Amino acid sequence: MGLAVGLYGAAFGAAATAAGLSVLQTCTLSLLMFTGASQFALVGVLGAGGAPVAAVASALLLGARNTLYGLRLAAPLEVRGIRRAVAAHGVIDETTAMALAAPNPQALRLAFTVTGVSLFTGWNLSTLAGALGSSLLGASAQVALDAVVPAAFLGLLWPRLRHSGTDRLVAGGGALIALALTPVVPPGLQIMLAAAAVGLGFGGRRR
Amino acid sequence: MIWAVVLAGSVGCYLLKYLGLAASPALLERPAVRRVVELVPAALLAALVVVQAFTDRQALVLDARAAGVAAAAVALLLRAPFLIVLLVAGGTAALVDALI
Repeated sequence: MGLAVGLYGAAFGAAATAAGLSVLQTCTLSLLMFTGASQFALVGVLGAGGAPVAAVASALLLGARNTLYGLRLAAPLEVRGIRRAVAAHGVIDETTAMALAAPNPQALRLAFTVTGVSLFTGWNLSTLAGALGSSLLGASAQVALDAVVPAAFLGLLWPRLRHSGTDRLVAGGGALIALALTPVVPPGLQIMLAAAAVGLGFGGRRR
Repeated sequence: MIWAVVLAGSVGCYLLKYLGLAASPALLERPAVRRVVELVPAALLAALVVVQAFTDRQALVLDARAAGVAAAAVALLLRAPFLIVLLVAGGTAALVDALI
């Protein structure tokens, strides 16, 4: 997992600077936002010339799943006050997956902490490396990077597609809405509006 | 303006994380809330894949990125690890770009 996070972080650093962010802005995102998909969405919308509001909204819509993770982790983590404020920063895909795989609350807290600290360190270092290194990249490396970003999103999406037909339906709907709206709405907005595809996940169940 | 986006997005994402740890777990019991939050990533991630792979600003385009993403899908079908998927995507796109 470490190597993959390193490449993903470097890809983020390079993508962010390519989208027009400074190295400091790029690193600030990894330090303060620290949730990969939201960060990629934010710089993706900015890079596509999207409105600031659309960039923030896309990041928040993707970040909302961390709220769900927090709800699941709250009871076993049992953190209060300042420790809760610190722990909250680490509530992301990877730490939740590792924590929930632990057999008991003690192992869960350890898994959460170890995964959180090592990911935070690796993610920020690789972001810095990617942001600094992108200016050294040649044209063909830039082409490669342009494909790595959507491939990374596909990799994040894939487990959901494999396990759930409803997710496949919603994902297909989201992709269609985004493509159909691309020519007619300002860049970035089509990604937010694709969230409407969630409605497809309700129709079938109520019938 | 970029700084405002960076900071607003960061604060918002942190608050979303904190809200989960601080809110009543009873929220999770509400099926509609749970369902929406579980399904939103599928819709948004799929939208991000196609927008990053097949569009350029407001135009639909087919270029080396599409080949890279298609190769990534094949790698995922073959259950390749995340790192390999990214390398396959980048390598394929660079190769196709050099050929066309």
